[in-house]
Amino acid sequence: MHIAEGFLPREHAVAWTVAAAPFVVHGVRALTREVRANPESTLLLGASGAFTFVLSALKIPSVTGSCSHPTGTGLGAILFRPPVMAVLGTITLLFQALLLAHGGLTTLGANAFSMAIVGPWAGYGTYRLLRRFDVPLMVAVFFGAFVADLSTYCVTSVQLALAFPDPASGFAGALGKFGGIFAVTQLPLAVSEGLLTVLVMRLLSRSSKGELTRLGVLTERVGRGGAKEAAVR
Amino acid sequence: MNRHTRINLLLLAVVVALAVLPLALGLGDGKEEPFTGADAQAETAIAENAPDYEPWFTPLYEPPSGEVESALFSLQAALGAGVLAYYFGLHRGRRQGEARARAEATAEATADTAADGAEAGPVGAGAEPDGASPAADGGAASDARSASAAASGPAPGAGAGSGPAAG
Repeated sequence: MHIAEGFLPREHAVAWTVAAAPFVVHGVRALTREVRANPESTLLLGASGAFTFVLSALKIPSVTGSCSHPTGTGLGAILFRPPVMAVLGTITLLFQALLLAHGGLTTLGANAFSMAIVGPWAGYGTYRLLRRFDVPLMVAVFFGAFVADLSTYCVTSVQLALAFPDPASGFAGALGKFGGIFAVTQLPLAVSEGLLTVLVMRLLSRSSKGELTRLGVLTERVGRGGAKEAAVR
Repeated sequence: MNRHTRINLLLLAVVVALAVLPLALGLGDGKEEPFTGADAQAETAIAENAPDYEPWFTPLYEPPSGEVESALFSLQAALGAGVLAYYFGLHRGRRQGEARARAEATAEATADTAADGAEAGPVGAGAEPDGASPAADGGAASDARSASAAASGPAPGAGAGSGPAAG
């Protein structure tokens, strides 16, 4: 979903950077607060960032005959809320822009807006909404990660369609074109990301039950069921 | 292999299948360059919509070849995977250590109470998880884990006693 270096007109690049900056600054504060209040969560924060690092390095073939990669931002957004992912996602993008020439510094604002801001918020919103309707935890986690991934690529399509409208059909035509490249390719990958996020959450609910309960992901009710399961095992 | 592990492996298998199927079904056939990156396709689409557009900034550093680039991508994946593996390994080790310490403590307690008489046995074992329960309610991660570790631990007396404590 990375818009390549220099591939956004100057005004667009500036506008997206200005739009993304407050979220990242707020995220840095949220991250510092979390680490100060709960130093023991530093490791899990690192693991959430690492998950984004791994997934965004995996270029996976898709149904459209092209390759793309997941984003991995849903997990951290569900665990630590979206502002924290604004930072971790931007760090990942910065790494790729500086060392891999993948994405870019001029397009960092636009890429951060789609992957580190809209994706985590959309995924987190989906997760919370499903949990409110008593959807089972792992189903809500799946759809949270799925939406975080797919919405990221939809935003990228909108960003490119705004910058490069189709000469004949304008914004709508360009949106269809970029959406066909990004969003359709991303569908199976978003499913993969949802499944991988469920996998990691299952491992976490085994290894870090106390911490997930403190973060409000596991409730007491679920915790007791988990304890019962552990006793059976 | 228990149910938990089986489900995890099944999840992994579906992810692998989703990645391999497009290749196996030949969905890239008929393309000039099958399975290129979507990012590169977007650049082509930009060129179609705005033929006169010139990128106005170039990357500060560009990997000199595709090989170096894929090396750096692997490095990124390896860094992430390493941190994840460290996290899960550390927690697994902690849980095992706690379970062992608890088993030893219970064994000692049982040995002590066995000398006093059979009647005192279950009371002594039950008292320990109760002592841990206020800490678990306070949310201290390690205590909550040790309470659950006791539930899965080998000591028969502690398993029964920790039920209410974990709740």
